[in-house]
Amino acid sequence: MTHNGENVQVGVDIGGTFTDVVMEVGSAQHSTKVLTDYEFPEAAIIKGINKVAKSAGISLSEIDLIIHGTTLATNALIEREGAKTALITTKGFRDVIEMRTESRFEQYDLNIVLPSPLVARQDRFVVDERIGADGDILRPLDATELEELCKRIVAAGYESVAVGLIHSYVNPEHERAVRECLSRIAPELSVSISSEVSPQMREFQRFNTVCANAFVKPLMASYLNRLVERLQAEGTQCPVFMIHSGGGIISVESAIQFPVRLLESGPAGGAIFAASIAQSYGADEVVSYDMGGTTAKICLIEKFVPKTAKTFEVARSYRFKKGSGMPISIPVIEMVEIGAGGGSIASVDNLRQLRVGPRSAGSEPGPACYGLGGNKPTVTDADLLMGKLDPKNFAGGAMTLDVAASEAAVQVDLSSKLGIDVPSAAYGLAETVDENMCNAARMHAVESGKELSDHTMIAFGGAAPLHAARLCEKLGIGSLLVPPGAGVGSAIGFLRAPFGFESVRSAYCRLDAFNPAQVNAVISELREEATNFVRQGAGDAPLEIECVAHMRYMGQGWEVPVEIELRDYAEDDGATFRQLFDAAYEKLFGRTIDGLDVEITSWSLRAASTVPPVKRIIPQEPLREAASLETRQLFDAQLGRFETAAVVERATMEPGDYVEGPAVITERETTTIVTSSRIAILQVDGCLLLKTKS
Amino acid sequence: MSKFLQDVHMQIMWNRLISVVEEQAVTLIRTAFSTSVRESGDLSAGVFNREGLMIAQAVTGTPGHVNAMSEAVGHFINDIGRDNIFEGDVYITNDPWKGTGHLHDFTVVSPSFRDGALIGFFACTAHVVDVGGRGFGPDANEVYEEGIFVPIMKFAERGKVNRDLVNMLHNNVRESQQVVGDVYSLAACNEIGHRRLMEMMEEFALVDLEGLADFIFDRSGKATLAAIEALPTGRYDNTMRVDGYGSPIDIVVTMDVCDDHVSIDFDGTSGPSPKGINCPLIYSVAYACYAMKCSIAPEIPNNHASLKPFRVTAPKDCILNAQRPAPVSVRHVLGHLVPDAVLGAVHKMLPDQIPAEGSGALWNLHVSVRPLAGDLAPKDGGKRAEVLLFNSGGMGAKPSGDGLSTTAFPSGVHSMSIEATEQVGPVVFWRKEFRERSGGLGRQRGGLGQVVEISARDGHEFHFNAMFDRVDHPPRGREGGENGAPGAVLLDDGTVLATKGRQHVPAERRLVLKLPGGGGYGPVSERSEEARADDKHYGY
Repeated sequence: MTHNGENVQVGVDIGGTFTDVVMEVGSAQHSTKVLTDYEFPEAAIIKGINKVAKSAGISLSEIDLIIHGTTLATNALIEREGAKTALITTKGFRDVIEMRTESRFEQYDLNIVLPSPLVARQDRFVVDERIGADGDILRPLDATELEELCKRIVAAGYESVAVGLIHSYVNPEHERAVRECLSRIAPELSVSISSEVSPQMREFQRFNTVCANAFVKPLMASYLNRLVERLQAEGTQCPVFMIHSGGGIISVESAIQFPVRLLESGPAGGAIFAASIAQSYGADEVVSYDMGGTTAKICLIEKFVPKTAKTFEVARSYRFKKGSGMPISIPVIEMVEIGAGGGSIASVDNLRQLRVGPRSAGSEPGPACYGLGGNKPTVTDADLLMGKLDPKNFAGGAMTLDVAASEAAVQVDLSSKLGIDVPSAAYGLAETVDENMCNAARMHAVESGKELSDHTMIAFGGAAPLHAARLCEKLGIGSLLVPPGAGVGSAIGFLRAPFGFESVRSAYCRLDAFNPAQVNAVISELREEATNFVRQGAGDAPLEIECVAHMRYMGQGWEVPVEIELRDYAEDDGATFRQLFDAAYEKLFGRTIDGLDVEITSWSLRAASTVPPVKRIIPQEPLREAASLETRQLFDAQLGRFETAAVVERATMEPGDYVEGPAVITERETTTIVTSSRIAILQVDGCLLLKTKS
Repeated sequence: MSKFLQDVHMQIMWNRLISVVEEQAVTLIRTAFSTSVRESGDLSAGVFNREGLMIAQAVTGTPGHVNAMSEAVGHFINDIGRDNIFEGDVYITNDPWKGTGHLHDFTVVSPSFRDGALIGFFACTAHVVDVGGRGFGPDANEVYEEGIFVPIMKFAERGKVNRDLVNMLHNNVRESQQVVGDVYSLAACNEIGHRRLMEMMEEFALVDLEGLADFIFDRSGKATLAAIEALPTGRYDNTMRVDGYGSPIDIVVTMDVCDDHVSIDFDGTSGPSPKGINCPLIYSVAYACYAMKCSIAPEIPNNHASLKPFRVTAPKDCILNAQRPAPVSVRHVLGHLVPDAVLGAVHKMLPDQIPAEGSGALWNLHVSVRPLAGDLAPKDGGKRAEVLLFNSGGMGAKPSGDGLSTTAFPSGVHSMSIEATEQVGPVVFWRKEFRERSGGLGRQRGGLGQVVEISARDGHEFHFNAMFDRVDHPPRGREGGENGAPGAVLLDDGTVLATKGRQHVPAERRLVLKLPGGGGYGPVSERSEEARADDKHYGY
């Protein structure tokens, strides 16, 4: 392994359309995009790796490390193509995953349809047992009944079994007994238990999470085993690791046990990519902005660490609306995703308002200007009509865009209905989608107790650099970074991720009855679990460990995460926790509340290998004006009119070269718009830094 | 700037304004103590112009506050007096007739000043944990028994909090720290709204909100009128009988659809109840409007102009327009049934669009658990606790498909996790699952109800406040569809309990609630073979 003494690392991201492969040989980077192969995803990976290896001039046996992330598990849940799965649950609670939260995600629509449960009713079985909220056994398991049930399930030919019992996060004894019984009868059967997959309180979320794990487990196991074999057959000799939803790396074996942890690993890679850029610029408060064909994703990064959450939703079925998907309780990099992408379709509603998305023309038929049969006006059509895109030089000239088709689509669907000309309608479309993204970012910031105006934005993904400068104007953000390689950001991000794992557990403790023994036990269990996962990849490398207590005033429903020291706690440490909580609460809401006790509801602990320090970059001042070969008319949204804009090829720029807005900076994968209020300066690492003109 | 570009700006500011009030609502959820606010979104938030007309309302929230809050701000301006409004003021009330229908909801209004001039108001409403009195239940005979009544007054003047009021609150309610905490939260969330508004006005160089309000009112008014114009004019009526407290209640709806408005009148509806299920008009109006908006103009945001064309009236001697001092604590039971009554009339106007009747009112279960005394007392002394749980029956079948099982309608609340609920107090839920065969049969089947079984943990007993309906009068099917299964309130030994009022469940017994299923749609003979096979296969 290694090539001429340099480390060779490969990042692979399987997305819905493309499989991205990035190879780093020392500091040199080689990347490619190949079409995703749905039947044999590993085939596309092999193809991509061979391609980059060839361009890098190395043999596959020289690769030191392969890190892989994939949307396959997510897709399996969205498409409902997984194993024939049974759920065993507590008697009296057979319908938890189908009753959901007993609510409608859209108040004013009388015709909504709720997503069907992952495991249908006839595949859900009950055992007569019950554990209490404190972990006491209120009704013991009956061994004979259990044995009969397990035999029935095995005989019925289920490929995978999920076990979710009430209060198992406090006492997993019964779930383990069910697994043992199943394994005795059918040793090869795939079994997932909720107290291992997601030991968090709230039965709907936990049961759904264990069902999702069971549902994708056989599929992911077979895929990952095939992948490892194929890679070896192709001559690689290195280990393969997986990126997980929380943004760390785990072994393939762990991934096979807990495939639900692989959900959203691609977007997680994007956030890590942004975090590593943030670190090299020393940007403490960052909002990352990723925009592709269908959606835009926004993530907050504080002190170079993407914000995480303990639960999220996949497979939203109704306009990306909260509540219309299925909840998954695992540690995850928290992102807001809205239906705003290059392919998002605009229309006029009966309030004569312009609306954009969430319906998307996707890549087929695509925006009207692709000339592939799409005739609806999309964000990309508006970008073209506003001069942001060059019709003759799209995707490095691979495609010619049809301006007339964009005009026709905007004319028919927007202009004629609003009684205005095409450029105005195009402007209205772009402003609307930009505002939608800003609103999503603002809401997310509020929910996190943040003020966006003091953040730096990092933009990547094919469509983001076209809109990012305008977003910064609207959000009052002063600095924007557009890194190179924005099209394969997630795969690059994989290579920046630490070996890391986050363990989460619900364990209740009131501070006025602070129980140091319980607290110390929970922390040490979490620590052991998390470090075990990390050691599989990181070996004996030093680890960073971060422990968080999730706390609230008694009676509240939303917890404030409070970072705590990792040490043995004593009787009088209730006061320590109280002080930490008060400080955190005040920071978020501006005040504390007297006379109320505080409770800890759950804990999370993240262990990660230390990442090699990132080389700090001193921001480059503008030195020379970049050479511009041509100009074109570009609509400037803030000024509300077309301006003559310089067109500069990014590849011709040297560090220190600057372009004053209005300007367009082109490259194969995307185009960066420099609005008239900004100046763009190329940095030593190839990033474009867009700042407010002084 | 062209007219259109101005329009685009206006539209963007409109969206921004909705996002401002949304932030206001989210802040409230994050800091609230009341279970129904934090778990279930029982709140609302909105912004008003100088005159006190609602410009925008948060989407987060429950329909009971639609319109109710819209009217409330007018009352505040009247009662406080325009000359008495200063920068830094915060106003408050829980007047059921000027707020949102019962004492448990506090409404807080804050004037918004820019450069010393009044430009508008922020308002928000939330259900608090306790207001003293008998607690949350239907048993009071007059509103005086239901708790502390705070008329419209200043919670703060020029930034200085009214300590006397805080002191009064502290001494008149249970869980007083939480209640006072919630009131401060309400004030704080208006403050957040104000801050965001100032940023927005800065960005768009606005001096006041009047131009934007005019634009919003113009667009929403026209769109609502266009929706009304498309309706067949005429008079449509409906009568729906429900259980009430002690004697059945008829809800009688007469809907007149005219060219430029729809009026809904409740003349003929039963008189007020001696117990706390009465609805102040403001709350009945809110749910009547909700039904209309759902059926004819769901996508138009709520504001003064989009609500104005719906005129709702009720005679003074009726349960949907109860007068002070009628008890109103659990006004939601009747209020939640109003939409089905109105939708029945809408169905006559717009056939094949409106679902059958559903379970309607939530089956809120408020349990007070106490340790047993004497020999049976738990060794560790046991635990007292108040436990609240929301449960929903089935929705009516839709013309386009089966009804949603165990789903709240019209309320916008979410249910709570059983595991989280059992952490609150010494209760055990033995069962919470679908009630099989409870959906009314039909071409489209009604949604299923559910069965809930609950007991106290060893050494404890409990009381609960029943506020359940649709036991004697199940949700009716439509167009030949069969009725949903009626609800039932029992002990596990078969004892039948009352559907309203405070009752005892002994230590060794379980309370069993069987929630109603939704009504079916169309004759069952037309149900497809496939759907029948599915019902059987899934055990629905």
